[in-house]
Amino acid sequence: MTAAPATAQLAQHYEMVVGLEVHAQLRTHTKTFCPCSAAYGDPPNANTCPVCLALPGALPVLNQEAVRLAVRAALALGCTVNPVSVFARKNYFYPDLPKGYQITQYDQPLAEHGRLQIGHGVDGAPRSVGITRVHMEEDAGKSIHDRVPGHTAIDLNRAGIPLIEIVSEPDMRAAGEASAYLRLLKQMLEYTGVSDVNMEEGSLRVDANISVRRRGNTGFGTKTEIKNMNSFSAVERALEAEFVRQCMALEHGEEVQQQTMLWDGAKGEVRPSRSKEGSHDYRYFPEPDLPPLILAPSWIEGVRDALPELPAARRERFSATYDGLSSYDIDVLTATSALADYFEGVARQSEDPKAAANWIMSEVLAELNAAHLGIEDFRVRPADLAALLVLVRNGVLSHSAAKQVFGVMVTSGDPPRQIAEREGLVQERSADTLAQWVSEVLAEHPAEAERFKAGEKKLLGVLVGFVMRKSGGRADPRRVNQLLSELGGG
Amino acid sequence: MAVSRDDVLHVASLARIAIDEERLPELTTQLSTILSHMEILAQVSTEGVTPSVGVGDAGLPLREDAGPKLPLAEPLDRFAPAMRDGLLLVPRLATHEDAGGAAE
Amino acid sequence: MSNASEPGHDPAAARSAEEAVVRSFDRMRDVRAGPEGLNIILWSDREQALRDARDVDARAASGTVPGPLAGVPVVVKDNIATRTLPTTCGSKMLEGYVSPYEATVARRLREAGAILVAKANMDEFAMGSSTEFSAYGPARNPLCPARVPGGSSGGSAAAVAAGIVRIALGSETGGSVRQPAAFCGVVGVKPTYGRVSRYGLVAFASSLDQVGVLGASVDDAALALEVIAGHDPRDSTSATEPVPRYQDEARGDIRELVIGVPTEYFPDSLNADIRARCERALDAFKRLGARVREVSLPHTALAIPVYYIIAPAEASSNLARFDGVRYGIRMNGDGGGLREMYEQTRARGFGPEVTRRILLGTYVLSAGYYDAYYRKAQEVRTLIATDFHDVFDDEVDLLFTPTTPTTAFELGARAEPYEMYLNDIFTATVNLAGVPAISLPIGRVDGLPVGGQLIASHFNEERMFRAAYALERVLGEEARQ
Ligand SMILES: [Mg+2]
Ligand SMILES: [Zn+2]
Repeated sequence: MTAAPATAQLAQHYEMVVGLEVHAQLRTHTKTFCPCSAAYGDPPNANTCPVCLALPGALPVLNQEAVRLAVRAALALGCTVNPVSVFARKNYFYPDLPKGYQITQYDQPLAEHGRLQIGHGVDGAPRSVGITRVHMEEDAGKSIHDRVPGHTAIDLNRAGIPLIEIVSEPDMRAAGEASAYLRLLKQMLEYTGVSDVNMEEGSLRVDANISVRRRGNTGFGTKTEIKNMNSFSAVERALEAEFVRQCMALEHGEEVQQQTMLWDGAKGEVRPSRSKEGSHDYRYFPEPDLPPLILAPSWIEGVRDALPELPAARRERFSATYDGLSSYDIDVLTATSALADYFEGVARQSEDPKAAANWIMSEVLAELNAAHLGIEDFRVRPADLAALLVLVRNGVLSHSAAKQVFGVMVTSGDPPRQIAEREGLVQERSADTLAQWVSEVLAEHPAEAERFKAGEKKLLGVLVGFVMRKSGGRADPRRVNQLLSELGGG
Repeated sequence: MAVSRDDVLHVASLARIAIDEERLPELTTQLSTILSHMEILAQVSTEGVTPSVGVGDAGLPLREDAGPKLPLAEPLDRFAPAMRDGLLLVPRLATHEDAGGAAE
Repeated sequence: MSNASEPGHDPAAARSAEEAVVRSFDRMRDVRAGPEGLNIILWSDREQALRDARDVDARAASGTVPGPLAGVPVVVKDNIATRTLPTTCGSKMLEGYVSPYEATVARRLREAGAILVAKANMDEFAMGSSTEFSAYGPARNPLCPARVPGGSSGGSAAAVAAGIVRIALGSETGGSVRQPAAFCGVVGVKPTYGRVSRYGLVAFASSLDQVGVLGASVDDAALALEVIAGHDPRDSTSATEPVPRYQDEARGDIRELVIGVPTEYFPDSLNADIRARCERALDAFKRLGARVREVSLPHTALAIPVYYIIAPAEASSNLARFDGVRYGIRMNGDGGGLREMYEQTRARGFGPEVTRRILLGTYVLSAGYYDAYYRKAQEVRTLIATDFHDVFDDEVDLLFTPTTPTTAFELGARAEPYEMYLNDIFTATVNLAGVPAISLPIGRVDGLPVGGQLIASHFNEERMFRAAYALERVLGEEARQ
C-alpha cells in the first residue's frame, strides 16, 4: 500500500481516534417481528408476509429468541442489560425499507456500558475498548442495482431479520486496533452462538467513525463516518486512507468536514458519499405499536448463567491444561469455539494434545482452507481423527500412510482403520513376514548383501529401501531397520 | 411559532410529498395557525411528568421463534405495481451510494 | 330502537341470512346509499354477500352452531382489511386495493356468522370529523342530506342510521365513532385501548387507534363489541383481560352508581339546547337511582393541542409505507428518478387534509422541534390521563358529557382546519387517556340528533353499557325529541 510511508510519517504528529458500529444478524429461525423464515439464499421475496411487506394494517410482534440472543451478546460483552428498554422508529424513505421506518432502539437501548479486551499494549498493559451500547433492530431488504436495466430491484427476504448494533467508544488509536477489536468481537459473537458472523453473506457489517488530532491533544477532531467496507482488512485499509486524507487536510490548514465517506476497495481510496448532508433527519420517536420491553432481572441472570466459556477464559484454560502449546498455538486453536471444541475432542480421545494440536494446525486447517469449509462441516469428526493419531502412535500406520488415510477420511468420512485396511496401508509388523522379505531382498541383491554383511553400513538405507519397495510400503521401516542391522553384524 | 415557506418545503421533502407552488402560501398559513394553537402547551408545567410511552405497563408480549408464516391470500405480484423475476422494481438508484442499502 | 329504519326494513327481523342480506341491499338502493345519493357506501358486492349468506344458512340448517351474529348483515369502515371487498381508506392511494389478508375484527365478525355487505365511506385515512375528506366524495347525513354525518366513521354511522344494518364497525383515533354516532342519532362505542385488536386496522395514530362499533341500539353495540373484543397475539398492544358478556351485563341496574359531570365539558358557551338535553338525561339517571355529582378534569382544554401533535406525528410515520413500491398507486414509475416517483405518488395519492397532517406531524418530530412539541404533548397527555385516573379512583364510576359541542353541521361549514378540529373537544380526551366511552342519542335539536357520552375507567365497558342501556330505555321516545 502506497499510503504506508505517509501514514508512518503522519503518525508521528497525528493520532487517529476510531469508534466502530457493528451490525450483526442474530441467528434466529424467523424474523424479528413476523414468523417469516430468516434463511439466507431463498428465492427473492419468498420470505415475506403482511408484516414484513408493511401491508396496511399489519403489526409487529417481537421474537423472543431475538431478545435472548441480543441479551446473551450484551452480557458476553460485559454490558449492563436495562430492565426496561424502548423500541423507536427511525424514519427514512428507501425502497428496501417497507414501512418507511426502521424499528430500532434509540434513547433507551437494550444494554450499555460494556468492554472488550483487545490485547496488550507495548507496555504490557491490557488494552480494551468500551462498548457504549448494544441495541436491537431490524434489517432492511436488499437493493439490487445491476439486475434489471433502468431499475433497482428489491428483495425483501432480509427485511425484518433481527440485528444487534454494537456501538463502541472512540477508544481505538490505530487501524490495527480496530481490526483486533473486530476480530475479537466476531469471536465473541461466534462463541456465544448469537450470529453467523459472516461478512460475505452480510450477517456482520461494520461502519467506522474516525477523527484525527495532534499527538498530545485530548480533545476530539471532527469525525467522518466510513461505510461500505466488506472485510476486516478493508476496514484497516480504509482507516489508513481516511487518516491520511484527514491529516493532509489539517496540514493544508483546511477543516475536516463532517460527512459520510465510502470505501472503494478497488481504487483503495475513500470518497464522500453523494447523499446530501443534512438530509438525514430520522425523526425518532417511541414505537407506539410496541410497549416497552421489560426484562425480569431473574430472566437476565438466567441468560448470564447459560453463557458458554468465553474466549479469554478458554485461552487461559488451554494454557494451564495443555503443556507444550505455544501462545500462538492457543490463539489458533481457540479462534472459534467450534475449532476449540474440535481440538479438545481430539486431544481427549487421543490422549495426546500435542499431536492433536499439530494435526489440526497443519492438516485439518489446510483442508478447511482449501475447501472453504468451517470445522462444523468437516467430514472428519474428532473421534476419527483421534483414532488416526492412536494408530500412528501405536505404529500401525506410518506418518505418511496416516496422511494418505486422512486424505481419504476427508472425502469419505469413514473410520481410519477401515480405510487403512482397505487401502493396504497398515504397517506389516509380523516378524516372519518381515524376515521373509529381508531374506528375499538379500538373495536378490547378493553383491550388496555381501558388502553390507562385511560392514559397509551405508548400504543399510539402500537395503531398507529395497524391502520397503518389495512390501509395497507396508513394512514398518523401524522393524526392517532393526532386522537388517542385526544381520549387519554391528 | 410561525412556519415559513422554507419550513413547509423542508418537511414536504422529508415526507416525500411534492407541493404545488400555488398551494404553498395557503399551506404555510394553515400550518402556522394550527401550530399557534399548540403554544398553550409551553405554559403547562410538566416538571417531573413522565411522557406517555406505549400504553399499559404489562410490557411487551413476545412470540416464539417459529413459523408458520402469516399467509397471503394473493401472491405479491398480484398487487405490486412492478415486478420481475420475483423482484420488486423501482426507478434505478445510482448505487448503494445514494443511501441505505443495509439497515443502519 | 333503530332511528331511521322503518317497520319492514329492520334486517334483524329477517328469517334467514339470505333474506336479511337482500333487505340490506334493498335498503341501500331505497335510501340511495351509493355515490349518486348519500355516498355512505363505497364498495359492496351483492352476489358475494348472498353467497356468504347462503353459506351461513346452510351451516345453520346442517345443525352447526351459527354464532351470535348468524346472518346479521354488517357494514365495515373502509380502513379495516377485509378479504372480499376493497380496503381503500377512502383514499386515492389505495384505489382498487384488495387486502391479501383479513383484519382480526373482520375475521371475528365472519366467524360469528355476520355477513359483510359493504365497506363504508370515511374521511381519508380517518383524518377528519365530517366524512367530507373522502377521495370518493363527501358522505351525507341520512337524517338531513344537506348536513354531514360526522366522521371519520361517517359512512358506518350513516349506514346504521339509514337502516341498512343494525351493526357497523368504525374506528376511533379522536372521537371518530362517537361523533358521527351523535350526528346520526345512533349508538357509538370506543372501547378501552387494547380491548379490540388493531391487526388489520390501517393505522392512523397507533397509540390512539381503536376499532369501535356503531349500533342501532345499546344492545346491538354491546353484542358487536362482545364479538370483536379480546386478546389477539398479532397485536402487541392487545389486552389479555377476559371479555365480559356485555349484552347481559348491560341489563343490570344502576342504583348507587355515581355519575360524574365534569364542569369542563359544560362551558358557559355550550349550546343551550344541547345543555338542556344533557340535563334531561342526568335527571333520568337520578330517577333510576344513580347519584350525580360535579367533578373536574382540569386539563381538558389541552386535549386538542395535544391530540393534534401526537396524532399527526404518528400518522406521518404510519403513512410512510404508502410509497408506490409494493401496493397501491404509483406515479412516475418510469423515466424519472426514485425521489420523483415517491413525491408524485404521495402528492397524487393523498388528499389535502392527509397532506396537511403528514406535514404537521413531520414538522413536530423534526430536529429541533421534538422536545417542544412531541415530547411536551406526551407529557401533557400523561396529565390528561391522570385527570381520569383521579376521578375514577376516588369519586365516580362513570362520567357523563355531551358528545359534541354542536349538532351535525352543513357540508362545507367548517372550512378552516382548526375549526374542524374543535369538533373533537369532548371526545379526544378519551382517546388520549385510553379509557372507553359510549355515545347514545339523548334527544334532538331542530330535528337533529344530540349525543350524550358516558365514559368509564379502563376495561369497565360493562358499567358504561349498563348506564347507557338504562338511559336508552328510560328516555324511550324522548330521545327523538
Ligand atoms: Mg442501526
Ligand atoms: Zn414476514
